Amino acid sequence: MKPAPFVRHVPRTLQQALAMLSQLAGQDGRILAGGQSLVPIMAFRLAKPAHLIDINEVEGLDRLDSDGKALTIGARVRHAAFHGPVVDNPLAALLTYVARHIAHYPIRMRGTFCGSLAHADPASEWCLTTATLGATMIARSTRGTREIAAKDFFDGIMSTALAEDELLAEVRLPLLAADAKFGFNEFSRRAGDFAMASSLVAYRVVDSKIAEARVGVGGAEPSPRRIAEAEAALNGQPPGDAAFRAAALAASDAVDPLEDHQTNAEYRRDLVRVVVRRALEHSLQ
Amino acid sequence: MNAPTKGSRGDALKWVGRAIRRLEDPALVTGQGHFTADLPATHWVRFVRSPNAAGTINSIKTPDGALVITAADLTAVKKITPMLHKFEYKPVGQPVLADGVVRFVGEAVAAVVASSEEEAEDIADLVELDISASAPLVDARDALASGAPQIHTGAPGNVIVKGEVKTAGFDDVWASAAKIIKIDARSHRQNATPMEARAAHAAYDKTNGRVTLTCTTQMPHLMRTAIADLLGMRESDLRVIAPDVGGGFGQKMSLCTEYVLLVWLARKLKSTVAWTEDRRENLIASFHSRDQYVTLEGAFDKDAKLLALRADVVSNVGAYSCFPTTCGVEPLMAMAEMPGPYDVRQYQCLARGVLTNTCTMAAYRGVSRPIITFTLERLMDKAAKAFALDPVDIRRRNLIGTFPYTSATGLIYDEATYKETLEMAVHEIDVPAFRARQKEARAKGRYLGIGFATFSERTGYGSPAFAARGMAITPGWETVHVSVDPSGYVEARIGASPHGQGLRTTLAQIIADELGIPPDLVKVVHGDTDTAPYGWGTFASRSLVISGGATLIAARKVRAKLIKIASHMLEAAENDIVLEDGHAKVAGTDRSITIASMAREIYTQTHRFKGELEPGLSESGTYDPPGTFSNACHVAIVELDPETGFVKVERYLVAEDAGRIINPMIADGQVHGGVAQGIGNALLEEIVYDGDGGILTANLADYMPPTAHEMPHVELHHIETPSTQSITKAKGLGEGGTIGAPAAVLNAINDALTPFNAEIDTIPATPQRIRAALREATTKKSA
Repeated sequence: MKPAPFVRHVPRTLQQALAMLSQLAGQDGRILAGGQSLVPIMAFRLAKPAHLIDINEVEGLDRLDSDGKALTIGARVRHAAFHGPVVDNPLAALLTYVARHIAHYPIRMRGTFCGSLAHADPASEWCLTTATLGATMIARSTRGTREIAAKDFFDGIMSTALAEDELLAEVRLPLLAADAKFGFNEFSRRAGDFAMASSLVAYRVVDSKIAEARVGVGGAEPSPRRIAEAEAALNGQPPGDAAFRAAALAASDAVDPLEDHQTNAEYRRDLVRVVVRRALEHSLQ
Repeated sequence: MNAPTKGSRGDALKWVGRAIRRLEDPALVTGQGHFTADLPATHWVRFVRSPNAAGTINSIKTPDGALVITAADLTAVKKITPMLHKFEYKPVGQPVLADGVVRFVGEAVAAVVASSEEEAEDIADLVELDISASAPLVDARDALASGAPQIHTGAPGNVIVKGEVKTAGFDDVWASAAKIIKIDARSHRQNATPMEARAAHAAYDKTNGRVTLTCTTQMPHLMRTAIADLLGMRESDLRVIAPDVGGGFGQKMSLCTEYVLLVWLARKLKSTVAWTEDRRENLIASFHSRDQYVTLEGAFDKDAKLLALRADVVSNVGAYSCFPTTCGVEPLMAMAEMPGPYDVRQYQCLARGVLTNTCTMAAYRGVSRPIITFTLERLMDKAAKAFALDPVDIRRRNLIGTFPYTSATGLIYDEATYKETLEMAVHEIDVPAFRARQKEARAKGRYLGIGFATFSERTGYGSPAFAARGMAITPGWETVHVSVDPSGYVEARIGASPHGQGLRTTLAQIIADELGIPPDLVKVVHGDTDTAPYGWGTFASRSLVISGGATLIAARKVRAKLIKIASHMLEAAENDIVLEDGHAKVAGTDRSITIASMAREIYTQTHRFKGELEPGLSESGTYDPPGTFSNACHVAIVELDPETGFVKVERYLVAEDAGRIINPMIADGQVHGGVAQGIGNALLEEIVYDGDGGILTANLADYMPPTAHEMPHVELHHIETPSTQSITKAKGLGEGGTIGAPAAVLNAINDALTPFNAEIDTIPATPQRIRAALREATTKKSA
């Protein structure tokens, strides 16, 4: 369980990093940020990158700030940055709550927000968060800068819209309305394991009715996504058991579940129904 | 060290019975332990393992210039061929490297030798195996089907061992039963998952041609015997060292092919060779266990008294047979111990070990007992339901209460407290309060369940028990040498090989009481065939009983000699000498002499003893006991989430009797650790093969041992019934935690499932399986 040989490159500036990536991407070069997924995969020799461009010393990639509309999260920002509130907005509490469910403490100290998105594990909490809240991914390369909407970014299991020479330099996560409600729930067999299904919901209550509902489901399909059918079941309804159950059922009907050796489609649908309803119930707590 | 006080045992013991801190811990917790993988080596080995579960090897293409060992190099090395002389056992041989045929995914086919682990792995990646794959047999039932391919030519029908028993008069009693209750239980395959995976380091000594094999093993002497046999070398030319070992749980008592190859390589290269297993290798290619189908039927009379048991055990033993126990260890233990703690006079059993194209089975903590206890305890709960009895009541009616008791299979149960531990557990858990809480919770849509497991734990058995299985090797007795050096410090050299059990502390406590010294003057030496007497190692809940007994025998001899020396030196009658506080004292006087000065005298002033005493102060003890039964009642309270199938163990209680407890803290630790593994077995851990014989759970994200988060607090209650079958009066308790937990947890899950009319008789009871059981019950209801 030793990785295959590789060369580690340590750029100091974004320009250096992009130049290296441009040069090395074709020679099986990969970005190394927190390494919490890539390094184990390398140890199993499931990935054998010839070059690692280690961005941990690149200046400016540790940006974590808000312009009043969106929170910008740089490529070096670790999961642990969200252990406490990062912005004066309901989004802060959402991120803090979600972050607690990511793996284990030591992993959160090292792994990065953007790395998790670039890795695109179907069960990733941050992939679910960005897909649900409609984040914008900022991809940079020597060719320029590209903005990619979350819904266009995730492209199946461990696959994204990033070109091989592109670095996911930043993510812009829109702030929530000041009166927004959110809820999150995930199911795993052990604490800290990959979620077998997860759900993040956010909405406002206008005239005692749900509005602007966002219902995201993760871990159940190759990529996390918003479930329009579940959102439709919520919008215009008073928040409460009836609407929540209808939305949960709509979500479980709408997903095309991943199956694995222990989880058939039927069971995965069970879990989707449960996590969506529980996320909605959480929004009222 | 805690200040000595009188023990609470009602006798003169000062140290036995006290929870003194473990003498081995300061080094371990400060990072000063010595582990095999810490040793430097000139050469490192990486094994190339079969990606196919079944097939023939056409060619092995190796990179130019690389040193790669294959079966072709090992023609002079014998195959590992363990033997049983009973139960229609078919000897099958396992080559050290696959020889023309591969029989499971992960079987070592070639060994790459390089100057570092990394380089060896790089080269191993370049080795090309050309294997003609054939359809594998993964499930034991498929291997039993008529027309199934034969995995070894010597084992027709793939049955390698077959035990059958039927008591006289069985049929008549069976026919007289008021009710027959049946369970089809399934235990899926598990891995013992020691924190330290396997590792070996073989060093050739050019001055004398000897090889020192340092390896992570539970049985250093038997490794020496076995490897010397296979390689045709003198046993005296091989030294085996088990340094600190990071857990074994049975996985490290069997001989592994990799260690044999390391010794062979050290001799070939006249150098130092090392191998450190990675977790993936450990999960796919070390040893597995617990893959069984057990069908059990119980015949009850109208008062719910168990009259007879009928069992069919199919144990998937994998591709080869493990040395030294053989793969009979699971099916034959299931057959011998199935009746458990119940008074049942009639018994019929067919137990078969079945070869498949899977990783070889070996002993894992509890061996078959976690499975047979779970099966039998589920049967008792089903019977209770059928008779409209409380699960506690049906146990009260059937537990053994008079001793000694000879079981239907001829095992002799010494005095134990099956009924008393049950009552203790019932009292402590407060069943009426729980039932009230359960009712309240159900009204709110929450589902709690309670499960009991009562069981016997056969421990500390000597050679006759192994001989009864017809084992070619009967690992029974233990020898201990206790010596006092001229400075008065005590050394005990033992053949057992503790690796976490705290034996350096508990044996020191036993010696301390005999010699009247504090335990920290005693050094226990083990795990080195050059310095320890021949012994069998540490496994099967035996070491404290057997090595402890041998320690007591040797220490008593030393004590007798010390009294003689004191009698000479103090000019007093032997009867008047007492040994305490590091002195020999003449009772009723102020005359005394230190043990250190007596020791110096017997080594350096021997002439003063006028030829009446031999020089030196060193004695030996050997002990080979018949075996003694510990017992316990476990209770689990769980909350089951019917929507997801998730089970949380909310409360866990153990009422246990392991005879005299030498060190309560160490005993409690054994139970805690055992319960953790048992809960893992009950809920989480499963090696999953796909239809091609590939393993889908080859890392610790997919193979799931419990973490601290999944563990409840374990409440312990003890009864001490001194054993008459063990001279220290102690019984073994290394496996009980693991034996009881699957039964208690599964009974609790099924209690929680009662309102849904659903049942689950499979371990691990995963959320997926529980949801499937619920779905099936709903379908049945609506049909």
